[in-house]
Amino acid sequence: MTDHTPGTELPEDRAPKRVIGTPSPASGTSLLGREEQAGEAAVPGVHPPDEKKARRAERIAALCFFITFLSGIGFIASYVAFQVNTVDNTAVSNLALGGTLTLALLGLAVGIVVWVRGVMPKYNLVQERHPMRSDAETRSYVGETFLQGAQESGITKRPLLRRTLLAAAAPLGLAPLVLLKDLGPLPETKLRHTVWSPEHNGGKELRLVVEGSGQPIRAADFNSPGGLLSVVPEGYEHDLTALAKATLILINLRPEEIKSGTNKNWMHNGIVAYSKICTHVGCPAALYEQTTHHILCPCHQSTFDATDGAKVIFGPAARPLPQLPIGVDSEGYLVAKGDFAVPVGPSFWERGDAEAEVRNQGRTS
Amino acid sequence: MSTPTAVPKPIAGTSGWLDDRLGAGNFLKRNMRKIFPDHWSFLLGEIALYSFIILLLTGTFLTFWFKPSMGHVIYDGPYEPLKGVMVSEAYASSLHISFEVRGGLLMRQIHHWAALLFIAGMMVHMLRVFFTGAYRKPRELNWIIGVLLLSLALFEGLTGYSLPDDLLSGAGLRITQGVAISLPLVGTYISFFLFGGEYPGEDVISRFYTLHILLIPGILVALVTAHMILMWVQKHTQMPGKGRTEQNVVGAPFYPAFMAKAGAYFLFTFAVLAGLGTFAQINPIWLFGPYTPADISAGSQPDFYMGFLEGSLRIMPAWEINVLGYTIPLSVIIPALVPLGIVMTGLALYPFLERWITGDNREHHIADRPRNNPVRTSIGMAGITFYGVLWLLGANDEISANFQISLYATTWFGRIAIFVLPAIAYVVTYRMCLGLQRKDADIIGHGVESGVIQRLPHGEFIEVHVPPAEDIEAHMRGKEAIPMIDGAEASETDGVPPRGLRGPVGRLRARMSQAYGGEKIPLDAGHGNGHGDGHGEHHAAIGSGTGDDKSLTH
Repeated sequence: MTDHTPGTELPEDRAPKRVIGTPSPASGTSLLGREEQAGEAAVPGVHPPDEKKARRAERIAALCFFITFLSGIGFIASYVAFQVNTVDNTAVSNLALGGTLTLALLGLAVGIVVWVRGVMPKYNLVQERHPMRSDAETRSYVGETFLQGAQESGITKRPLLRRTLLAAAAPLGLAPLVLLKDLGPLPETKLRHTVWSPEHNGGKELRLVVEGSGQPIRAADFNSPGGLLSVVPEGYEHDLTALAKATLILINLRPEEIKSGTNKNWMHNGIVAYSKICTHVGCPAALYEQTTHHILCPCHQSTFDATDGAKVIFGPAARPLPQLPIGVDSEGYLVAKGDFAVPVGPSFWERGDAEAEVRNQGRTS
Repeated sequence: MSTPTAVPKPIAGTSGWLDDRLGAGNFLKRNMRKIFPDHWSFLLGEIALYSFIILLLTGTFLTFWFKPSMGHVIYDGPYEPLKGVMVSEAYASSLHISFEVRGGLLMRQIHHWAALLFIAGMMVHMLRVFFTGAYRKPRELNWIIGVLLLSLALFEGLTGYSLPDDLLSGAGLRITQGVAISLPLVGTYISFFLFGGEYPGEDVISRFYTLHILLIPGILVALVTAHMILMWVQKHTQMPGKGRTEQNVVGAPFYPAFMAKAGAYFLFTFAVLAGLGTFAQINPIWLFGPYTPADISAGSQPDFYMGFLEGSLRIMPAWEINVLGYTIPLSVIIPALVPLGIVMTGLALYPFLERWITGDNREHHIADRPRNNPVRTSIGMAGITFYGVLWLLGANDEISANFQISLYATTWFGRIAIFVLPAIAYVVTYRMCLGLQRKDADIIGHGVESGVIQRLPHGEFIEVHVPPAEDIEAHMRGKEAIPMIDGAEASETDGVPPRGLRGPVGRLRARMSQAYGGEKIPLDAGHGNGHGDGHGEHHAAIGSGTGDDKSLTH
């Protein structure tokens, strides 16, 4: 800590103009009458306030503290009086508790400020600073002692001791990191598959169901072009981890609107299913503009063209929303005919240009 | 009224008992009357400190009921619209705190408001320290601690914000995961280890909870303590003024004045936060609904301190590189890491860069007025503009919706403004600083207008100027020339530069030192001309009152 006594030196007036509410030192009659007036010189830099103003400040501060006293009681009373458990009651309770608490704190705060400014003296004290660095003598003493200690410990001249100590510490230091391995499984190829894959469900093709209601979708019922549905896999409606990759948007397009980017073999009667998970950082691309067929992600405004294989037309996303191959089952309900051909959602290091790989495979096979 | 002449017995007894065991008297002798200088801007850091204390208090209250679990439950509380909906335990318990615990909603809202004020307080405090050069020797370590505190506070905010597991916080978490997984080489592993497998999994809330209530606050408490101790030991900087030197500190004593004022300030902060918690709704999670990765609301906005990251993600063009079968998603990595890196690293290194450029190895205890170090102030303003553009663009959808501007136009504005506006801010600030310096030099040189009009014998009317008030003059004269490294000028003239300033780095250093240092507008240059930036100035003597001051018309 600081190594000197708080020497008070000659007073210096900081500003000739008075701070509002503080008495002028010249006209001030002090707390103890004449004695203290002389005392102003005796304690330099401490200017006691005018007694009349101090008394006024005292009364104001007391009033503030009294308000706090009452508000504190009001707080406790509100806690007892106002129950919660319904939204309206909670609102009343919140208002009563918060209002009284605010008033109580405010009263105390204002009261103390009035006390400091009105009753306590105005200070203009001076204290010395010293350079932070220790003096040369201390420094050299510490240096010598350090060397002496190092020598006494033998660490400098006994390399065996030193090296084995370092060797001992290294694996021990790594141990906590090793322990963290079980925080999670390794990624492997998990990011490349979703629950839509029929293999994942023992060869069964999953039905597309409406998010929220869980209703399967009959292709014939979803026949008005321009419509949009948010769709999840049947049986996984509450599996958030599955939904984070498998959620779809289902759009009905007019045949003449469909452009080359869309894989028509994966559509059914003008119905196309795209991953709802944005390829930027994974927000659900939930906004759809019917007239332009633009799909917009509300997080960072990546915009995709639904008629052209959900190609990116604006924003930070670098890849189209993957398309899911869909068809109908024997009862006419929409089902997934397979998994996405490429990983859905945000890009990652091991992903590679999956789209190009798919294109090349299509060409060779 | 009576004046006690001896310390009352109970106090004397207790303190005597303690002193016998701790020797605390020596400490108190040195520190009870420790002097604290006075300036409104010195209170900004206190806002952050007190908000932090309130965060600890309200946060502890919240932990008594919060259940950090992602296990599914059917909501069966008093909030009708969600009855029967499957939600996580974390979300259900957050609703329980809000609607079924008396004072729970109040504490939740105060906690959230306090978090915002904590970070806002740190930011303005840091700007004050930056612009007044209060980070200079011997305070560099405390500055670094401050940068660490701010970085950790952002992370603390992120982890806390995610805990209620509502739809809005989930969107933030999803973006966080999208950023984490985009990191080259380690991204997928980080994501899988953080979430215990695939996103969102069932572990992240409980893990964030541990980070949020134990690990990060523990480090924060330690760093805040270190920050306070260093401030105490090194003593606070003071503004230039009458009687204030580099060797003293002028102000009010800790006991009783500063102590009481600080206490009152804590209560003010608490009162404001309690008022906000009462009257200003924040984060109404019941309106957002429980999290599902399949849904999002339009216009989702993070807490303000995350806005700049959001903005940088939004204005980034879609760059993605595929090399040798691996993907580098630049459209995520660059906006997530570069602005944050520039701001935080730049802040951390600034004291050392400045010292390298000025060669200034002295201790500084008198704060600079921002105008008196134009380059620093301009860099700071450019930084604020850089941050501000990103922050603004983090809400470009709201701007677009409210002001009927095309969404893509706002994005394009951001892409250009992020480079152009900081440069403009730099130039404008630099000119303003010099202008303000000229005004100071003018007041020192010519005095201030007295309001007295005098008619000279030959008929000319002049306004009499009088010397400025003592304290104002002392405040202005606190200015001193910014040091330059020795021989920096030699490298520009014919002289041979000293050893350290040869070679490309040395020459750059010399040139930067010359631009950064020196006296641009000397205070007492009433009679000189041709200095600094090349503008000649012709001051008349005090009281001559010719009234046509050329220096103001530059």
